[in-house]
Amino acid sequence: MSDLFRVEGLTKNFGGLAVSRNISLSMPAGERLALIGPNGAGKTTFVNLVTGQIRPSAGRVVLNGEDVTRFGAVPRVRKGLVRTFQVTRLFSQMTPEEHVTLTVLQREGKATRILSRFTGNSEVSGEVESILSTLGLLDVARRRVGEIAYGQQRLLEIGIALALQPKVLLLDEPAAGVPSSDTPRIEQALERLPPSLAVLMIEHDMDLVFRFAKRVVVLAAGEIIFEGMPSDVAANEKVREAYLGNYAHARSVA
Amino acid sequence: MAGVILIIAAGLAGYWLFPDNLALLTRVIAVALLVLSLDLITGYCGVASLGQASLFGAGAYAAGIACVNGVTEPVTLVAIGAVAGAMAGLLMGTIMLRAHGLAQLVLSIAIVQLFHEAANKASAYTGGSDGLAGLMVSPLFGVFEFDLWGRTAYLFGLALLVVVFVVLKFIVSSPFGMLCRGIKQDPVRIRAMGSYVFPVLLKMFVISGAVAGTGGALAAISTQVVGLDSVSFELSANALVMLVLGGLGTLYGALVGTVIFMGFEHVVSAINPFHWMTMVGALLIAVVLAAPGGLTGLYETLLGTGKRAKGGRT
Amino acid sequence: MQTILSIAIDAFAYGMALFIICIGLSLTMGLMRVVNLAHGAFAMIAGYIASYAARDLGLGYAVAIFLAIIGTVIISIPLERLLYRRIYGSPELTQVLMTIGITFCIIGITNYFFGPTLKSIPLPGSLSQPVDVGIRTIAGHRLFVMACGVVVAGGLWYLIEKTDFGIKLRATVDNAAMADALGVRTQVIYAISFAIAIGLAALGGVVGAEFLPIEPYYALRYMVTFLVVVSVGGAGSIPGAVVACLLLGAVDTTGRYLMPEFGNFFFYAAVIAIVCVFPRGFFGRAQ
Repeated sequence: MSDLFRVEGLTKNFGGLAVSRNISLSMPAGERLALIGPNGAGKTTFVNLVTGQIRPSAGRVVLNGEDVTRFGAVPRVRKGLVRTFQVTRLFSQMTPEEHVTLTVLQREGKATRILSRFTGNSEVSGEVESILSTLGLLDVARRRVGEIAYGQQRLLEIGIALALQPKVLLLDEPAAGVPSSDTPRIEQALERLPPSLAVLMIEHDMDLVFRFAKRVVVLAAGEIIFEGMPSDVAANEKVREAYLGNYAHARSVA
Repeated sequence: MAGVILIIAAGLAGYWLFPDNLALLTRVIAVALLVLSLDLITGYCGVASLGQASLFGAGAYAAGIACVNGVTEPVTLVAIGAVAGAMAGLLMGTIMLRAHGLAQLVLSIAIVQLFHEAANKASAYTGGSDGLAGLMVSPLFGVFEFDLWGRTAYLFGLALLVVVFVVLKFIVSSPFGMLCRGIKQDPVRIRAMGSYVFPVLLKMFVISGAVAGTGGALAAISTQVVGLDSVSFELSANALVMLVLGGLGTLYGALVGTVIFMGFEHVVSAINPFHWMTMVGALLIAVVLAAPGGLTGLYETLLGTGKRAKGGRT
Repeated sequence: MQTILSIAIDAFAYGMALFIICIGLSLTMGLMRVVNLAHGAFAMIAGYIASYAARDLGLGYAVAIFLAIIGTVIISIPLERLLYRRIYGSPELTQVLMTIGITFCIIGITNYFFGPTLKSIPLPGSLSQPVDVGIRTIAGHRLFVMACGVVVAGGLWYLIEKTDFGIKLRATVDNAAMADALGVRTQVIYAISFAIAIGLAALGGVVGAEFLPIEPYYALRYMVTFLVVVSVGGAGSIPGAVVACLLLGAVDTTGRYLMPEFGNFFFYAAVIAIVCVFPRGFFGRAQ
C-alpha cells in the first residue's frame, strides 16, 4: 500500500440515477494520469467527489494512508489534495501576484492576520516570485486578472494550486478554452510540475493527453471502462464505442 | 495617509463653519461609524444587511446603561460600547451566516426588529419608548467638560473617527482584508485555496460590531439620550442607502455617502419629510441605474483612474 | 374556549389578508427572481385609490376595489417597463436598493398628493355587521376576507396547474432560455405575471385594510412582514405562502391576545428560528 492517493468503490446516486458507479483507482507519488471520457461521463462529478464538494453515496477517498472521505473540501486541500477549475475562478479585480500571495499566506496560516500588511509582504514575496516566474507570469504579475490573456489566467490557476504545495493535483481541463497558440505554454508548465507530485488530469485534448500522461483511465456513464497505456486506448473496442465515436463527432462539430 | 489629513481638515472646517450645528455634525460622525461598519460586511465581504443598527444600538444602550449606573468616564464608555457591539456582531453573524441571499436579508431585518422589541420591553433598563435619558458623562480625561454647544463631543467624535479610520485602513489592507474580498467574489475559490469561509466572515462581523458599537456609544455620550430609533430598521436601511450612495467597498465612500446624505436630509426634510423620501428614492434608483459604484466610483470613472467592482454581490 | 375561538378566527382572517398581499410577492420572487421590496407600496397605492373612491367620491365598496386594482396595475406597467426590467437577473443587493428606492418615491409622492393621514376605506353595511354562523357570530368583513383568500388561492392554483398560461409560466420558471427557444414569449409571461402579482397586492391592500391600516408609511411598515412571509413559505410556492401566512398570522395574533406587552417579539423570534431551520422556506425549491 505505497499508494499516495486512492479511491475505492466511489459511488454517487442522484435520486435513482447513478452518476458515479464503483470507481476505484490509485496513484503513487509522481504519477501522471489522465482521466478522459465523453461528455456526461461523470468526470466533473468525480472531481467533486474526490475534492469533497459533494458527498459520495458509497466508497472511500484515501490520501497518504488516511481516509479523508468524511472531510469537507477545506481540510482535504490542507492535507494536500488540490484542484484547479475547468472554468477559471479568479478574482477579476486582483493581480496574479495578489492571488498567489494570498494563497501562500493561507497555506502558512497567516491569511487571517489583521495587523500585518498584505502588499509587499516580504515573508512570502520570494516564494510568490519564484512561482510566478516558473509559469512565465512575472511580466503580468501586477496587472488585474480581468485584463490578462485567458491562457495566462489558466496558468495562474495552476500557480494557485502550486502555491498550496499539493501532494495530489487534480487538473480539470487545464487547456480548455485556450487558443491553440497558447497551448504550448500550458504544456510547458505541466512538464515543469514537481516530479514527486501525483497529477490527475482531466482533458479533452487528446494530443495533450497522449504527451502528458503515462497512464489513461476512461470513464463512461459513470464507470471506468478502460485503464492502461495511452497507446492502447485507441485500439480498445469498448473505448472506441463509448468515447472515440463521440469524440470524432465533437471534433467535427468544433 | 493623505486621507486622514483630509478627514481632519474637513472635520475642523466643519467645526469653524457650523459652530451652531455641532450636535448635528457629531451625529454625522456617529452615523459615519455605523456606515463604515456596514461597509466592512457588505462592501468588503458581500453580505448585505438591513439590520446593522442592531450593532449600533447595542453599543448605544450598553454605554447608556453603564453611564446611568455610574461609569461616566467617556473613553471607558466608548470601550464598553465597542465590546457590546462586538458581542452583538458575534451573535448577529452567527445567525445571519447560516443563510444566504434573501433568507439572510430577512434574518438581518428580523434581528434588528427583535433587538428593537427587546429594547422597548426591557424598559427597566432601557427606558422603553421614552428612551434612556439623563446620561451624565464626566469630563474627558477629567479636564474637558461636555459643554452645551457640543464642542467637546464633536472633537472627541472626530478623534474617534480618525482612530477608527486608521485602524480600518490597516485591516482592509491586511491579508485578512484581502481574504474577505476574495470571499465576496467567490467563496468556492476561497475554499479551494484551503480557507474556511464562515470564521473569516464571523471575525469581520465582530470587527464591524465593534465599530458600530463605537458609533452608538458616541451617539449616547454626545446626546446624553439613547432612544429606540438607534436600533431601528429605518436607521439600518438609511445606513445601507448612505453606503451605496458613497460607494461600496471603499472606506472613503462610506464617509462621503454619510455626509452628503445627512446634509441633504437636514436641509430637505426640514421643508417636507415626504419630499426627502421622494428624493432619496429617486437618488437610489439613479445610483443603481447610472452609477453602481456610488459617488466615489463615479468620481474615479470620471477621472479615469481605475475601474472598480460594480455594485455589490450577495 | 371563547378566547381560543376568537384568536383562531382573527388569526385565520389576518392570515388570509396577509396571503392575498404576499402571494403576489412570492410569485414575483419565485418566478422573476426579483426581490420586490416595493410590493407593499402597490398595496398602499390601491388603498389610497380605494379610500378616495369610497370615502371622497362615495362610490360603492365593490367599485372601489375594482378601481383600486385597475388603477394600481396601470401605474405599475410603466414601472415594470422602465425600472424592473433592468434588474431582472441582477444581484440581490441591486434589486433591494432599486425597489427600496421605488418604495421611498411612492411613499413621498402619494403623501404629497393625498396628505399624511390615515386613510379609511368605509365598509358597506353588509360587511360591517356580524354574521351568525351557528356556533357564534363573526364580523362580516372577517368572513369576506377569508372567502377572498380561499378564492385567490384556488384561482391561482387553477391558473398555474390547469391552464395553458400556467404551463408556459412553469416552463419559464424552470428554464427561461429553453422556454424562449420553444416559442414561449417569456417577456409577455413576465409582464402578465407581474401585473397579476400587483393586482393581488392591490386586492389584498384594500380588503386587508382592517388589519393593516392604510397610512403614510404603510409600504415601509409592512415591508418586513411581507418579506418574512415569503422567505418563510418559500418563494413561488402557493401552499408555502398559505402555511406561512396562517402560521405567522397565528403567532402574531396569539401574541397580541395573550401577551400584548411583548408586541412583535414572538413574531420575529419565530421568524429567526424558522429561517435558521429552513433557509429556503417550508416549500422552497432546492437550488
